[in-house]
Amino acid sequence: MTRKTRRLWLVGGCMLGFGTATILTLQAFSTDIVFFMAPSQILAHPPAPNRTIRLGGMVVAGSLKETHEAGKPPSVSFLVTDGQDAIPVRFTGVLPDLFREGQSVVALGEMRPGGAFIASEVLAKHDETYMPKEVAEALRKSGRWDPRFGKPPSASSWDDMTVAPSRGS
Amino acid sequence: MSASPLAEPVSAQDHGSATNPGRIGSLLHRYANPGRFLRLSERLSPFLVWPAIVLSVAGMVWGLFLSPADWQQGDAVRIMYVHVPAAWLASLGYAALAVCGVLSLVWRHRLADLAAAEIGPVGASVTFLCLLSGSLWGRPMWGAWWVWDARLTSVLVLFFLYLGHVALIRAFDDPSRGARAAAILAVAGAVDLPIIKFSVQWWNTLHQPDSITLTGAPTMSFSMLWPLLVCTLGFSFAFAAIVNTRLRAAILETRTRQLLLQGARE
Repeated sequence: MTRKTRRLWLVGGCMLGFGTATILTLQAFSTDIVFFMAPSQILAHPPAPNRTIRLGGMVVAGSLKETHEAGKPPSVSFLVTDGQDAIPVRFTGVLPDLFREGQSVVALGEMRPGGAFIASEVLAKHDETYMPKEVAEALRKSGRWDPRFGKPPSASSWDDMTVAPSRGS
Repeated sequence: MSASPLAEPVSAQDHGSATNPGRIGSLLHRYANPGRFLRLSERLSPFLVWPAIVLSVAGMVWGLFLSPADWQQGDAVRIMYVHVPAAWLASLGYAALAVCGVLSLVWRHRLADLAAAEIGPVGASVTFLCLLSGSLWGRPMWGAWWVWDARLTSVLVLFFLYLGHVALIRAFDDPSRGARAAAILAVAGAVDLPIIKFSVQWWNTLHQPDSITLTGAPTMSFSMLWPLLVCTLGFSFAFAAIVNTRLRAAILETRTRQLLLQGARE
């Protein structure tokens, strides 16, 4: 075994060991690394009262209600779901531009005894789909997708749609 | 030029230790010779510089002005044409740094050390560009400049790894000691690359999953995908062109220093 081969094994062995150590560490901390908890997770393992957590999920279509009281900043309430359970969220403040029904959101706040989530911050979570306005419009008109009910259909079904057909219709 | 006596002092130690390098080893040795690399690099240069300029300009014009706006993000989606190439090159640059680290630690190639010293600052710059453009994109879309989710944090760690590498490789009076320490950092830091790549799948994050993957169809309109690919290609050529030029300058600088030292001794 030449010195070079020995060094190669040494470097390879160190990389393997260090990689394994990293994987084990990440495994051990995986519950802390997640950015938010889904409603069903929160209901299954209720967090301690007054503990600040992040709740993530989709804003249920038709659940968004805005209240304007004189002398108070406008506040909103809406339901957040992960498809299994839903948690009502109340929030006073400015919502991000991308906030809408059917959008994924992450809210920072705490659970109240009544089962409501009081948010101090609401972030919009964008999905990985990008499409021009015309395509989104055409999908909506043809009834194949309603943005209020979640993600658009698979891109292969619309990525050959050009600007032309929606202009014609 | 082919005799290139100036190349010998740099590469002499490589050839001295080449007892039984094996097949890969001999191939590596062929191109690890700085003199040979210098000639290759000069010939390669126009084939990197011109595609870099043409593709980057074409991709930027296509992406920033001609491609459609996103249906819900509007024109803010155009940040993608800078952010995605920068993010891709941040990871690719560090992978190159790690490869240089292995070549340096196992085969003791001086050229790998010189390359690592030149890749570092360029990689750190694109990583900073990735973080900056991402932050500017996150504020209007998500509602936050920064969040500590797994994707953003792992890229920030990559940025610090780059900065550490840039500092470490220049931190010793004896360049070979700095190169050794930096090579170890580069190889060990490579564990961050799969974490960055898979962070959006392993844990739930605010950052969305990848739109372009090896396994599935892209979840992006072709009218946005093509300019993005052209931008990515152009930026990649630019990265290669900058590193290539820097590396050539570094080799010439090393030679000049050796000549000066020789002159001073005589």
